[in-house]
Amino acid sequence: MWKTVVRRFLIMIPQLFVLSLLIFILAKMMPGDPFTGLITPDTDPNRIEELRELAGLNDPWYIQYMHWIANIFQGDFGDSYTFKVSVASLIGDRGMNTLWLSLVSVILTYLIAIPLGVIAGRYQNTLRDKSIVLYSFISYAIPTFVLALIFLYIFGYQLQWFPTSGTVDVSHDKDSWGYFWSKVYHLILPAVTYAFLATTGIIQYLRSEIIDSQTQDYVKTARSKGIPMKKVYTRHIFRNSLLPIAAFLGFSITGILGGSVFIETIFGFPGMGQLFIQSISARDYSVITTLIMLYGFLALLGSLLSDIILSIVDPRIRIE
Amino acid sequence: MEQQFNDQQLQQEVESTPATGFRVIWREFKKDKLAMASLIIVALIILGSIIWSFFIDQEKLMEISLLDEFAKPGENGFLLGADQGGSDILGQLIVGAKNSIIIAIAITIITGALGIAVGIICGYYGGIVDNFFMRLIDFIITLPSTMIIIVFVTIIPKYNVWSFILIMSAFMWVGTARLVRSKALSESRRDYVSASKTMGTSNFAIMFKGIMPNLSSLLIVEMTLNFAGNVGIETGLTFLGFGLPDSTPSLGTLVSFANNQTVIAEKWWVWLPASLLILILMLGINYVGQALRRSADAKQRLG
Repeated sequence: MWKTVVRRFLIMIPQLFVLSLLIFILAKMMPGDPFTGLITPDTDPNRIEELRELAGLNDPWYIQYMHWIANIFQGDFGDSYTFKVSVASLIGDRGMNTLWLSLVSVILTYLIAIPLGVIAGRYQNTLRDKSIVLYSFISYAIPTFVLALIFLYIFGYQLQWFPTSGTVDVSHDKDSWGYFWSKVYHLILPAVTYAFLATTGIIQYLRSEIIDSQTQDYVKTARSKGIPMKKVYTRHIFRNSLLPIAAFLGFSITGILGGSVFIETIFGFPGMGQLFIQSISARDYSVITTLIMLYGFLALLGSLLSDIILSIVDPRIRIE
Repeated sequence: MEQQFNDQQLQQEVESTPATGFRVIWREFKKDKLAMASLIIVALIILGSIIWSFFIDQEKLMEISLLDEFAKPGENGFLLGADQGGSDILGQLIVGAKNSIIIAIAITIITGALGIAVGIICGYYGGIVDNFFMRLIDFIITLPSTMIIIVFVTIIPKYNVWSFILIMSAFMWVGTARLVRSKALSESRRDYVSASKTMGTSNFAIMFKGIMPNLSSLLIVEMTLNFAGNVGIETGLTFLGFGLPDSTPSLGTLVSFANNQTVIAEKWWVWLPASLLILILMLGINYVGQALRRSADAKQRLG
């Protein structure tokens, strides 16, 4: 078991190396450098040149790359020149918002998907099954931004059930229950949108898994021992089918991050996805590179997590 | 007499047994009314928007006329109303749909060709080639592709429609390659491939004249679903403002008017029709794709 985990970790190292190299090249391709923002008509070009020399911007690229990596390991990602704070603290604030949104989204996704998948598999080809299959088809086909806009229009502007932007109502005291509830209240609409889109994979997997298990030998054995079908479902089939679902957790993280650019922009939710779009518009390159690096790292971590969970619940697929 | 009857029956059987190609697909669509309806709707939207757009004068369409600012549907002769600059929504919808569809088709063809070629070569040769491409593909799939595409869009000088198509294609071929590779891998173990090898057929001919036609049903399904996906991604990026350049309006451009709070809250006719058109296109193409997938798999066929 531990061998698999260690091996999987070792695979991640070259991936991280290539990712960092790619992002470094991307960053070098971006026009300007940290001092471009300082240039005013009165600036002495020699002074800028001195600063560039001091910051090591005239070194060969591999030296610059080493510096960059060394700084990342020390948690120094440079400064954001639009927000005038260090990138680390900027992303820290926004990251917490995205983290909460992701957490609520994942919980909602599983709360919706597991019962639906189980019902669809157990009552195959009934009306219930067909409506669930239809639901998962629609949520598969609909693009994120279209669904988010339609939800925002209906529930935010027309029915006015939910706020249309922000993370919290500032009128509340910071340590009160009202503040907490206001935060949760702001999360609901984006989280539901995300969950609506993310349930597809889990529902389809669970449904086909349960349908397949019905003809398996262990189910026949249980039936021939005289166990009622209801118990076979709850004690035998569900347990076997639900385990691999745990592995979807890692992929869910990757999916959320990908969707966060759209969902946070549309719902005016100040998380990392919205920060990315703002930084792109402001050409704030240190923030952009750090965000891409972080997203890439989290996606790699997500697939690592999925592989590890899967190898725990299903010993057949361990890497040898 | 009986003999003749038998002959007729035999002939019919001979005609119907090689149930391959388009006849199977046709039967599947005849059986599934919803799939047939989707196919007709999608075909109408695609052909309609392309043909109709020839009759629309784009320069006249984008002319600003303040008198018609946010004209409601039906007002001043605008069937679907007008936007902030007083431009006709219906005309923009048609031109946008045409651009979105043609660009999605271009991306689908490029990524399809690349993905199929790499997939078949990997599946056929195996070994080092396969290992190299699979590691590369695994890596590209985990990349935050939306963000990297957005960065490329903003930093490329002389950005135009073709750069957008190439940037998108660079990230979108990997899924197809992985799928085709897994099928080509098992197909390469078949007897007919060994037989061809023994007869001295060149590797190229085996791969693209032997294996590829045997995967054709899978490829048709994959390309259809990719087409739907590409429409979604292109309109999404254009919605954010990092897709097609302004000179080429897409459906996403119309939807992006909803970024303005008053527009989304009060002027639904500006952004909602484009959103619904994207939605209908996506649902329709995906449903057609599912029907195609069923007809490709004898176990799932309805007809």
